[in-house]
Amino acid sequence: MSKRFNPDRDVAEWHGPAIRYDLLKEVTVGFAVVLVLALVFAVVFSSPDESAITLQSWSKAAPVDFVQTAITELDGTSASATYGAPYNHTPGTGQQLGPISIERAIGVHIPLDTSRAFVIDPLETLPRQPALTSAIRQYKSAPAKQQTAWTSAYEKVVGKATFNGALHVAPGSYGPVAPMMTALLGMARSGALDGALTKTPQLYGTDYTKPLLFIADGTYMGNVAQSRNLLGNQWGMMNETGQYPGQAWLWLYTLWYQVPPMNSSSNGDVEVWAIMMGLTVLLALVPFIPGLRSIPRWTRIYRLIWRRHYRSLPPVSS
Amino acid sequence: MSAVTKADTAVRAPAPEVEPSSDVANWSPTWTGRLRSAGLRRLPPEKLLPDSQPAYVQSAVYLFGALTLSAFGVVVLSGMVLAIEGANWWHVSNAGLFVNSIHLWGTELFFFFMVLHLWGKFFMAAWRGRRRATWITGVLAFVVSIATAFTGYLSQQNFDSEWISTQAKDGINATGAGAFWNVLNFGQMLLWHVVLLPLVVAVFVGIHVLLVRRRGVVPPFALAARGATGWSDTTEREDLTKDEAAEATSTEEVASK
Ligand code: HEM
Repeated sequence: MSKRFNPDRDVAEWHGPAIRYDLLKEVTVGFAVVLVLALVFAVVFSSPDESAITLQSWSKAAPVDFVQTAITELDGTSASATYGAPYNHTPGTGQQLGPISIERAIGVHIPLDTSRAFVIDPLETLPRQPALTSAIRQYKSAPAKQQTAWTSAYEKVVGKATFNGALHVAPGSYGPVAPMMTALLGMARSGALDGALTKTPQLYGTDYTKPLLFIADGTYMGNVAQSRNLLGNQWGMMNETGQYPGQAWLWLYTLWYQVPPMNSSSNGDVEVWAIMMGLTVLLALVPFIPGLRSIPRWTRIYRLIWRRHYRSLPPVSS
Repeated sequence: MSAVTKADTAVRAPAPEVEPSSDVANWSPTWTGRLRSAGLRRLPPEKLLPDSQPAYVQSAVYLFGALTLSAFGVVVLSGMVLAIEGANWWHVSNAGLFVNSIHLWGTELFFFFMVLHLWGKFFMAAWRGRRRATWITGVLAFVVSIATAFTGYLSQQNFDSEWISTQAKDGINATGAGAFWNVLNFGQMLLWHVVLLPLVVAVFVGIHVLLVRRRGVVPPFALAARGATGWSDTTEREDLTKDEAAEATSTEEVASK
């Protein structure tokens, strides 16, 4: 245990004078100061509370975008439908770090079949609609190839659809898909789809995974976010709606998304996480790392911090 | 067990004053007794609640820790007020919005002071002299605080939480954690935000602050004036494995060369 004295690890002991100090007073005054600051900021700046987008508000504001998204949920080509773990099995998905993909290894834990969950199941809750019921039956009993033929024909033209109280899609051979989409749009605009996607067998619900994934698959929410400077490439991770400081402490995490290769990598998320975990461990271990732990002594900022103390020391006797 | 049996005491009347001091000394230590003496040895009252400090404790930088702690108090208290009428309250009440604003700005101040505190302690190399555990618990408090704030943003039930959750899910999913820690599940995030994570922050902060009290405030770098008034050549060694053994001999003064 006879290591040499290391100024970045050990301290010389202090036997000098003490000063009067009141811990309780410091903490009490500190608390009062922070409370007053928080009150002042709260009075002057309040806090943001912009309503969330619902399936209803989305389908009312951008009905065509809604239907364009809904058709990809039905035929399983949406972002959520092809996400992979933890929602569904999709070959070739799952971010990886080198050869390892923890995401894939853990696999599907929140199973999601968008076709059923986002389109067919909600439509089946609509009461007494014989035409719709037979359309759904026709769709479900058709071979996969036929289903795809209908949905891709619909997908090709739906982008040019118009809406003036009713959805107008150019005529084509969409089979049962057109009435299903029209019904789903009506359901969304009435607000019933929001209810259907959060419905639980036991009445109470606190899980919004389904409506959030559905809404995120459209382009509407992204456009709203862009107009609020919230996109990832706008450093959005640390911003908030309105002129609020947001999560400024995420600056470093956000930074890595702006630089190559992470800003274009398909494994960007897991790469950024790996970097941040590494840096966090590094921060925790600073006191053990030679060089890193000497920075304070080299930079001499400590002289500024303790300047009153150093000034009070007697001059060095030679 | 005491040597004095029930029968012994029964025949003697009136009952003698309790005088088993010699017996007490012979009892094998109880868990409670050990806890008390360990606590007193490590944190005697004058260390736990000091009314004096070494003369070098003179800098505004020392205030940032207490200010961080204060802001944490403001955040916890305003969060408790928000909890009273439930998660929907602040969306429909002006008073609620005001309390939410205090909660938000308290959080901003909390992180602001914490970051100043972190850099201050870094440039003071405040891990020196067996204070590494203080530094590490600080980092842990920092990291868990970020997770706590993040779940707070997810619990807002507004456009911010909607956007943040749908964006953040990819990052969390990429690590594999998304399978169990679903940022789109409001109920789960709210419970993490109001129970689990604050508790963890409080535990780390508690250990952190007790460690500061136990070790005392780190002395400045000794400059060339070492050996001048106030300074001695004795050094403290830190050896995490031998910590307890060292503790038994003396609380602070270890290994004079
Ligand atoms: C929740 C967050 C935190 C709270 C409430 C907190 C609170 C405190 C308090 C009250 C003190 C004593 C007063 C002072 O010297 O400022 C202190 C000291 C200290 N803190 Fe923190 N802290 C936090 C986070 C951190 C972080 C993130 C770090 C560094 C990574 C850190 C490192 C230290 C160190 C090394 C000391 C010892 C200072 C000395 O011996 O002079 N703390 N902390």
